[in-house]
Amino acid sequence: MGGYAFYVWTAYCLTVAVLGGAVLLPLLRYRRLRREAARRERREQRQTEVRNR
Amino acid sequence: MTHAVPVPHSFYRLASPHYFYEQSGRLLPWLAAVTLVLFLTGLVWGLAFAPADYQQGNGFRIMYVHVPAAVFSMSVYVAMAVAGGIGLIWRLKVAAMVARSCAPIGAAFTFLALVTGSLWGKPMWGAWWVWDARLTSELILLFLYLGYMALQEAIEERDTADRASAVLALVGLINIPIIHYSVEWWYTLHQGATILKLGRPSIAPAMLWPLLVMLAAYGLLALLVVLLRTRNEVLERKLNI
Repeated sequence: MGGYAFYVWTAYCLTVAVLGGAVLLPLLRYRRLRREAARRERREQRQTEVRNR
Repeated sequence: MTHAVPVPHSFYRLASPHYFYEQSGRLLPWLAAVTLVLFLTGLVWGLAFAPADYQQGNGFRIMYVHVPAAVFSMSVYVAMAVAGGIGLIWRLKVAAMVARSCAPIGAAFTFLALVTGSLWGKPMWGAWWVWDARLTSELILLFLYLGYMALQEAIEERDTADRASAVLALVGLINIPIIHYSVEWWYTLHQGATILKLGRPSIAPAMLWPLLVMLAAYGLLALLVVLLRTRNEVLERKLNI
């Protein structure tokens, strides 16, 4: 890399880390939201069962 | 009686959060796959196969991560301001959600443009940072993104937060032409445009192709992140979070 290795590799690694994080964060949030939605649905189902008893 | 201009049915439907969620869900896997392939291709091509520059040696390879970050730091800002403006004028929920979703990836691109630029500047100019017009206006862009996100967080009521931050984004648009023309208007260390200028691009095709691949990858990545975040916004609204 002719003396530029540190600068080039730092730039590339930082880019991959930051952009990877930018994709990962909303994916993790999505998983949490889907779990919350499923939890609420189960709770509602339980309540309907109790009411119909 | 006057007749309304016919507008495609799907145009109205796209404004519905539910329809947006369904359609974007179908698009996502393809978009993610194409983005990943382009990104890996561009990274390897730029790092290993593009010929070294006759002046800058291998240091110029930073261009492949720097230029797309800088270009899309501005494009995403314009998209954010336009989406915010549409949300402001036509009260479209999806537009406001898209605007909100643009800020984090735009800020990430701006941060990367500044840091990779600094890593390029040190070996070429001998300085990590100079207070010239290009670098300073790009730094202001980062502050605009951070201010936008802070304003969104600071105002409890969603619609008020969206309206206030849309106005901030629209006012901040003035910074975009300043960044773009800064290398022509003021004396600077930063090099001028090589591709987006009148006449032929002043870059060898063997160096240009990986850059075009990286530009496409960054653009699609921005679209991917905005779609993921907007879908989360739709879910949050449905769950009342």
